[in-house]
Amino acid sequence: MTQPGAQAFPRIPAGRRQPFHSSWQVKLLALLVAAYAVYALGQLDFSYDRFIRGLDNGARFLSRMFPPSYKNWDQLLTGFIESMEIAVLATFFGVLLSLPIAILGARNLMPAWATWPARLIVTLCRAFNPVIVAIVFIKAVGFGALAGVLALVVASIGFVGKLFMEAIEEISMKQIEAVRATGAPFLSVVTYGVLPQVIGRLVGFCTYQLDANLRNSTMVGIVGAGGIGGALFAAFQRFEYDFVLAILITIIAVVLLGEFASNYVKRIFHV
Amino acid sequence: MSESVALAPMSKVWQRHTLRQKMARTALWLVIAIAVMLSLRSINVIWEFLWDAPEQMMDMGRRMWPPDMAYYPKTVHAALMETFHIATLGTLFSMVFALPLSILAAHNITPHKGLNLFAKTMLVSSRSVNSLVWALLFVAVFGPGPLAGAVAIAFRSIGFVGKLLGEALEEVHFGAIEALKAAGATQTSQILYGYWPAVKPAFWSIMLLRWDINIRESSVLGLVGAGGLGMVMNAAIDTFQWNRVAVILLTIFAVVVIGEVVVTFFRRRLI
Amino acid sequence: MAVVLSIKGLTKSYKPGVPVLKGIDLDFEERGLTAIIGSSGTGKSTLIRIINRLIDPSDGSILFKGLELSSIEGRHLREARRRIGMVFQEYNLVERLSVMENLLTGRLGYVSPMNAWRRKFPPEDVAHALELLDVIGLADFAHQRADSLSGGQRQRVGIARALMQRPEILLADEPTSSLDPKTSVEIMELLKSQGVNNGIPVVVNIHDVELARRFADRIVGMTGGRVVFDGPPDQLSDDHLKLIYGGEGWLQ
Ligand SMILES: Nc1ncnc2c1ncn2[C@@H]1O[C@H](COP(=O)(O)OP(=O)(O)OP(=O)(O)O)[C@@H](O)[C@H]1O
Ligand SMILES: [Mg+2]
Repeated sequence: MTQPGAQAFPRIPAGRRQPFHSSWQVKLLALLVAAYAVYALGQLDFSYDRFIRGLDNGARFLSRMFPPSYKNWDQLLTGFIESMEIAVLATFFGVLLSLPIAILGARNLMPAWATWPARLIVTLCRAFNPVIVAIVFIKAVGFGALAGVLALVVASIGFVGKLFMEAIEEISMKQIEAVRATGAPFLSVVTYGVLPQVIGRLVGFCTYQLDANLRNSTMVGIVGAGGIGGALFAAFQRFEYDFVLAILITIIAVVLLGEFASNYVKRIFHV
Repeated sequence: MSESVALAPMSKVWQRHTLRQKMARTALWLVIAIAVMLSLRSINVIWEFLWDAPEQMMDMGRRMWPPDMAYYPKTVHAALMETFHIATLGTLFSMVFALPLSILAAHNITPHKGLNLFAKTMLVSSRSVNSLVWALLFVAVFGPGPLAGAVAIAFRSIGFVGKLLGEALEEVHFGAIEALKAAGATQTSQILYGYWPAVKPAFWSIMLLRWDINIRESSVLGLVGAGGLGMVMNAAIDTFQWNRVAVILLTIFAVVVIGEVVVTFFRRRLI
Repeated sequence: MAVVLSIKGLTKSYKPGVPVLKGIDLDFEERGLTAIIGSSGTGKSTLIRIINRLIDPSDGSILFKGLELSSIEGRHLREARRRIGMVFQEYNLVERLSVMENLLTGRLGYVSPMNAWRRKFPPEDVAHALELLDVIGLADFAHQRADSLSGGQRQRVGIARALMQRPEILLADEPTSSLDPKTSVEIMELLKSQGVNNGIPVVVNIHDVELARRFADRIVGMTGGRVVFDGPPDQLSDDHLKLIYGGEGWLQ
């Protein structure tokens, strides 16, 4: 629907208003999607009474979650502190490594011999879920937080590296050209021409990544890479669902706090 | 007169930031430095393990080679299809819940603080809990299997889709809506004719993005019993069949690459 | 007067076989403002940007005070660029940096990247920048971000940035094309006076023939990648203009 449509709108009779222009295509698509959904549900052994039984189960499950139990709060606290440490270290080193990789990979600053290896690294870092990377690192450095940090460093390079690279490729080359024309060395071109144009977005990516790493550190903990995830997994296995809920509430609260903190950081850098 | 004379030498020095800005920045750097130092100390990295890591990785690589290709048609393929269904169904489910929540969260469509807050809390909760944790929860509810996986994926995606879509809705240019209001359009038709066309491209691109992410995430849900490739991988790791793990990793990598190609293709066509 | 910049047999083709510049020979002396005029697409920008090697020439020589610019690379190129000031049509200020930081950008060639990053410039550079801010009438704007300035103010900052280099030649690619007539005159005045005060040649690409006549000591007319007129403004006749721009209807 385009702007002129807004003018024509009152003339469309009520009840037959179509939100799309070519409604038969949309209907066909909807039909296909519905057919697929039915087929796929069948493939996944989904049945109605299994669902109902699940809901029953869920109700019991929920009732066992309430009220949340904080009696093991010391376990919760140590787990959380470790998760935060994992997140801080992974973000710090991840971002530190992402910066040069992103600059090397930016096609508007670098020749092909530099961009493609950098891009390959970023693609590889992005390809595997942090949990899989964590499993690999657990085999390499043993169970514990170090494996978690390494896995999340990889994930951070994949994410921050890619977005930062794209941000650099979108900058105005005119400003770069002017800095180059003064005879500035490459590093100064980066600090005066490139960084001012992307720093705001970079700060955004970093705070986002810190947040993501905190959430993901709960995940890598589940497979044994340290942090609150381990406690969570153990609570599940011991059927201590009230403790599970306590952990989940804390995770949500911390993530919310993190969001406030990141807004504050953005204001300091006034972006 | 005397004032301006007194000020003149002052203006000869140039400072990039005011004192307050400087202090805020220094404080921020200090906080970062302290956080990193503290984390490094308390996570107690066992350096021998870290330096040994490349050796261990090489060893793992040797055991993975050659990949047990015969394993693919036997087991991996079925698991791959399951992963695909989990991701796609999960994305479809999430759409159903995310749409109304995003409308409730957008304060320009729903001018009700309480409802906004409610919707935002739901979205944040969904996002803060990792899909692997959601999977743990739903494995407890529905029992092990892909159904738990699909529901977990859906619950994790609601927050993501809802947040981005809500933000897109809030950015809709007010003038277009004003015109509809002036023409006497009801709330529903404002949404259908004003907001929907404006956010449609964003909506599809968000769904595509999330589907891509879900394909990756659903490949690990099996580690906690929620079906798909992860389940096969878990079995292979537990029995130290590294050349089977290699096949699964290769499959995941291929899926990621194909997913990226598909997403790029659709993004070009749809948007 | 000594020749500062000497261009000989300069050619440039972006695509093989399609030359944009077809053998340019020009000498620029120690003083004076040269205006290069010519219709759109004749290669004025190409010419001026080849001088400081923002574009690489295909063939020919560019001799700048005894230094052959056409083939140098790396550090030598950067050191040559420090001596050449450049002013751009769209100002090309770093938008998110302050006016002061934009001026100091002109000194980046002389300051180590580390010190530049920490904004540690020699005091005489800062003093020079403050002086130039006075000259361009923006003394109170040092802390403003460049993107908060008007077009004319930006171009003044652009000129000041080039002057910060203490250049031995000043190049300007259509410095007035994005500005209103009054501001254009002020910018040309600034370029001219700075050229005279610093005793350096100024080369300006310009579309406005009247402005060129008014400020230039020498006019170079280009068409089809060649120089077809080179002389003082009072020798530039309507016939020359017809040759340079083609047609004559526009002259009335
Ligand atoms: N990067 C480039 N790649 C290919 N061709 C180019 C490039 N830059 C310029 N050209 C071509 O070279 C010719 C001369 O361009 P140039 O920008 O030098 O002209 P100009 O005289 O400055 O024109 P104007 O007065 O419009 O600024 C044009 O035909 C243009 O299409
Ligand atoms: Mg031009």
